[in-house]
Amino acid sequence: MFVAPFGIFYLVFLIWPVVYMFITSLFDTSLVKHGFGPFAGFANYREMLTKPEFWSAMWHTIQFTLYTVPPLVVLAFVFAVLANRIGGRSEWLFRLAFFVPFILPSATIALIWSFIYTPSTGLWNSFQKLLGAADPAPVLGTPDLAMVGIAVTTVWWTIGFNFILYLAGLQDIPRELYEAAAVDGASQWQQIRSITIPLLSRTTTLVLLLQIIASLKIFDQVYLMTAGGPGISTQVVLGLVTTTAFTDYRVGAAAAASVLLFIVILAITVVRPLIERIQQRREA
Amino acid sequence: MSSDNGRAVKQRSRNGVSAAAPAPAPAGGNVSARRSAGRMFTVVSWIVLVGFAALWIIPSLWAIKTSLTPNSVSAVGAGPILRNWNLTIDSYRTLLNGGNIWNWYLASVVTSVVTVALTILFASMTAYALSRLRFRGRHLVFLLMIAGIMVPAQVLIVPIFQELNAFGLLNTYWAVILPQVPAVIAVFVFKQFFDGLPQAFEESALIDGAGYWRIYWSIVMPMSRPVIGAMSIVTFVGVWNNLILPLFVLSNPNLMTIPVGLATVQGSYGQQLSDIQASSILGALPLVVLFLIFQKRIVEGVAGTGLKG
Repeated sequence: MFVAPFGIFYLVFLIWPVVYMFITSLFDTSLVKHGFGPFAGFANYREMLTKPEFWSAMWHTIQFTLYTVPPLVVLAFVFAVLANRIGGRSEWLFRLAFFVPFILPSATIALIWSFIYTPSTGLWNSFQKLLGAADPAPVLGTPDLAMVGIAVTTVWWTIGFNFILYLAGLQDIPRELYEAAAVDGASQWQQIRSITIPLLSRTTTLVLLLQIIASLKIFDQVYLMTAGGPGISTQVVLGLVTTTAFTDYRVGAAAAASVLLFIVILAITVVRPLIERIQQRREA
Repeated sequence: MSSDNGRAVKQRSRNGVSAAAPAPAPAGGNVSARRSAGRMFTVVSWIVLVGFAALWIIPSLWAIKTSLTPNSVSAVGAGPILRNWNLTIDSYRTLLNGGNIWNWYLASVVTSVVTVALTILFASMTAYALSRLRFRGRHLVFLLMIAGIMVPAQVLIVPIFQELNAFGLLNTYWAVILPQVPAVIAVFVFKQFFDGLPQAFEESALIDGAGYWRIYWSIVMPMSRPVIGAMSIVTFVGVWNNLILPLFVLSNPNLMTIPVGLATVQGSYGQQLSDIQASSILGALPLVVLFLIFQKRIVEGVAGTGLKG
């Protein structure tokens, strides 16, 4: 009785779509026709796995993950340690600066940053000209730079989340530890290295894995800022999935691509309890 | 984790006490040197952090400045925007009189509020059952919930679209609301909270003849106000900012939520950069206000759930 209402939503909008995704990936399902369409076996998977567009989308997704995860973890850690050290009343100021972007809609973020990146008249190119660059390249219009531009935007947008997780982790470390270390003559840097970093290793694992999973699901920023362009140089897997389904109407093929991304994300999700168990054992 | 910390603290603080006793008087010079090194560190921390914070604030200030500059000036470039200080609210006036933004606000408010209400109610009921009732199949339910936490909802956009299409729900608010109700993480947060509640009240209520519904509604829920608050706000922000779902299930411009509306703005306004920035700020404004009011709750909610969109 208590479980039923949530259970129904859960089955209809979470479990069934997963099952349905697996089923349609085996058929040549079309969005414009009723039913599953002709059975295709693994043809959709074969198509995706041999298609250069799929591998390029997969590579761009991984590239985005590689660009965003290190700064989002390292910078968030540094910001949190410094803010915690300064502490007290000024913390809200940094929360405001770092965390507020995180709660803004991705559409707002994209509009602000697209404008900053506007070729020739935008803030970034004007700044480069001010520094003496004769003809700065348009960030989102240059294949090699577009993904970097999207990554910078994403770091700005989402760092607040990791910052807050680290701040929460830091608050669990008792002050006495630092006081004791200070009395023993440990410098600030030594304290960070031998108290803060080890005691935050659980938080770091959590932040790292959540960040990798979140980065692999990249869609909004690419859709809004470059629509996958120039050419297909920033097309990511979720972008490919939606284009295949909603522009080409090929639901079966889109489902196969979704399943492949799903498997990658699932693999990383499964790693998490394993790592936690290893950490527990090491601490015990 | 906490128990490990606790053990470590005890050991360290014992060392600390023994080391602290002889320290003060004789090693005076050493202490003051250390203290000044500590002060140095604080100063450097401040400089680094303030520098980064400034870097983080600039894009928002830039968007605000642009939205307050006439369209004719902002079209020319960054330099003119910075030089022009005849601020105007024309862009905001145009947008607020234009009408579309009010439809977007309505769509976002309706979908967010209804989703939050349904999610909180249903998730807390499920969590209550998992925490207190010994019904058959509860282990299966719990396992299914754990499995659900691993499902990245965005990846399901195509099957969910087809499902809503089959139900005839495309282009209705329900298409945005219903798929977002099963937020499994909410069940876990509630369950964890319920597990920690003392059961004494409930037991005496049971003896007095109150049913489980009574207990849930008039004892457990009122005690859960802090969790309900934190979870409501986190869910609200998530639904308000969701782009991918409303983008594909809503095509009627009168029903669009703010993120979808904003996504269509860029093309349709052409060179009117001030209007574009003003609309992006109007879309974000409710969340900034929410943040300033509920700062603590939002931060607690985010830190507590560890959930990332």
